[in-house]
Amino acid sequence: MKSLGSIRRSFAPWADPASKPFISVKNVTKKFGDFTAVDDLSLNIYTREFFALLGASGCGKSTLLRMLAGFEQPTSGEIILDGQSLAGIPPYRRPVNMMFQSYALFPHMTVETNIAFGLKQDGMPKADIAERVGQMLKLVKLEKFAKRKPHQLSGGQRQRVALARSLAKRPKVLLLDEPLGALDKKLREETQFELMDLQQELGLTFVVVTHDQEEAMTMADRIAVMSHGKVVQVATPAEIYEAPNSRFVADFIGDVNIFDGAVSAAENGYLRIETGDGFPIRMASPEKPAVGAKAAVAIRPEKIRVTRQPPAHAPVNAVEGEIWDIGYLGDMTVFHIRLKDGRVVKASSLNAVRAVEDPFGYDQQVWISFGEDAGVVLKD
Amino acid sequence: MGNWSRFNIASIVLGFGFLYLPIVLLVIFSFNESKLVTVWAGFSTKWYAQLWHNQALLDAAWVTIRVALISATCATVLGTLAALALVRYTRFRGRMLFSGMVYAPLVMPEVITGLSLLLLFVAIGLDRGFWTITLAHITFTMCFVAVVVQSRLLSFDQSIEEAALDLGATPVRTFFAITLPVIAPAVFSGWVLAFTLSLDDLVISSFTTGPGATTLPMKIYSQVRLGVTPEINAICTILIGIVAIGVIVASVVTKQREAQRERDERAAFAQ
Repeated sequence: MKSLGSIRRSFAPWADPASKPFISVKNVTKKFGDFTAVDDLSLNIYTREFFALLGASGCGKSTLLRMLAGFEQPTSGEIILDGQSLAGIPPYRRPVNMMFQSYALFPHMTVETNIAFGLKQDGMPKADIAERVGQMLKLVKLEKFAKRKPHQLSGGQRQRVALARSLAKRPKVLLLDEPLGALDKKLREETQFELMDLQQELGLTFVVVTHDQEEAMTMADRIAVMSHGKVVQVATPAEIYEAPNSRFVADFIGDVNIFDGAVSAAENGYLRIETGDGFPIRMASPEKPAVGAKAAVAIRPEKIRVTRQPPAHAPVNAVEGEIWDIGYLGDMTVFHIRLKDGRVVKASSLNAVRAVEDPFGYDQQVWISFGEDAGVVLKD
Repeated sequence: MGNWSRFNIASIVLGFGFLYLPIVLLVIFSFNESKLVTVWAGFSTKWYAQLWHNQALLDAAWVTIRVALISATCATVLGTLAALALVRYTRFRGRMLFSGMVYAPLVMPEVITGLSLLLLFVAIGLDRGFWTITLAHITFTMCFVAVVVQSRLLSFDQSIEEAALDLGATPVRTFFAITLPVIAPAVFSGWVLAFTLSLDDLVISSFTTGPGATTLPMKIYSQVRLGVTPEINAICTILIGIVAIGVIVASVVTKQREAQRERDERAAFAQ
């Protein structure tokens, strides 16, 4: 089995046992009345890391962010920032700044005074404030809009003012709550890369909350997938996508086909699983469950091949089906293939050439197949 | 505005007539030459001139204005604080009861408010006069301010306060630098409302007044009992004028500001 280590980037302090976390969330629980928003959660975030909290709404990601900012206090547990406990420290004394989902620009102040607000609270001399505000305006390319009020700006410009304001104090950590949620798709994609460049350039630690998996995958060094107040998996985007640790993560991130079955043999890092869909799967797995144990194999659509003839390894990792639906997306084509037992498998292929000779058509009998390390064996 | 049917015209004439006929009559007769209020004898402004020589009336006007200024200002401070507490602290015990109690004076008969205040002042031995009227006016106008400010606060994006705290402003600084400037228009309209309510209050003032403190409505009322004079019409016309100008200016300014804002927003998004 190939190691996923090879696709990690060189920046990986979390893999180094000697490095100390910059933010340490230790067994934090937050309850609102009977509702537990964050449930005994522990996390480590490292200096200069771009860390994403990803989850559906109500999973507790925003509550965790608000506890980092100081707007909520943990019911139990502790948050440590740069070696200091944040317990009891109000938001206005924390070395973190936040960029709000609604941008929260001060409507009665100009772009300039918005950005200067935090610096003024620190009692910075006027000349220094002016200089810093100038730098920030340049950073977000809004020099021409310094004297405008927020309502005289477009959505994208407001977003940049909010960013400049939250960066003006040079916080140790920048918290971003759905920073791109209010932008349209094109602008959002551009801004994702701008944010990444900015984070690299300034060398800051970013913690971003998002429900958009693409956004998290694009920007973050590591992603914490959250559900019901708990972290389900913390890993790099590639690990989350290629090696999800649970059915929940596999299903939450991207498209996936899950084949349920039982282990019938285990040998040198490979498992043989008899699936309920009438074909056996041989799949690489570091685990060695007992024969007869329940197991599920998760395979991403792009790792499934569609062919007219059965592959050499059939019937292992291969099964016959009928093309049920074809979705042409431009860059790729998605096939829905119906197996004999009625289940539909998703497969996708990249449209690497402009015109394919003899393309697949509806109702055609085809074989789907996949390699022995194309999927992940899930325990639950 | 295509449909000027007879029915529409009739409704408008009836509606506006019902509202404004009495006021128009009063204004017209304030310019009457004759001393008899119901008989027109030519145009004159002499009753306005005579107002300046009626010291009692001028004194009453001065008392009214002072009471209104002081009580409106105090009521605005208290009402704004009450509104803030009600909107922000949504989880304290007995909040429903508390908010109900703040709004009760809105529907309380004035006679009862006046009587209970009178009883209170007598009980604690406060000499009745200017200050008891002022206190009473603060009491009954406060809840109006609270209602106006609360409705603004409900649409107030609390994250801008959090942003200020996050950027290092203490809660007190946040209130004065962010919250107050943003809700200022509502606080101001609350003040104007309290001011006008205090200006034209008769019942509560009558209950809580004492020697030497007569407000204009009280003065007018007592004079009318002796017969309506053109002089009264004149002072009422002046009052109507002041209130009308205030209302018109306020609405024109608001409208212009909104139009400007809309233009700005359109310009911003057109880029």
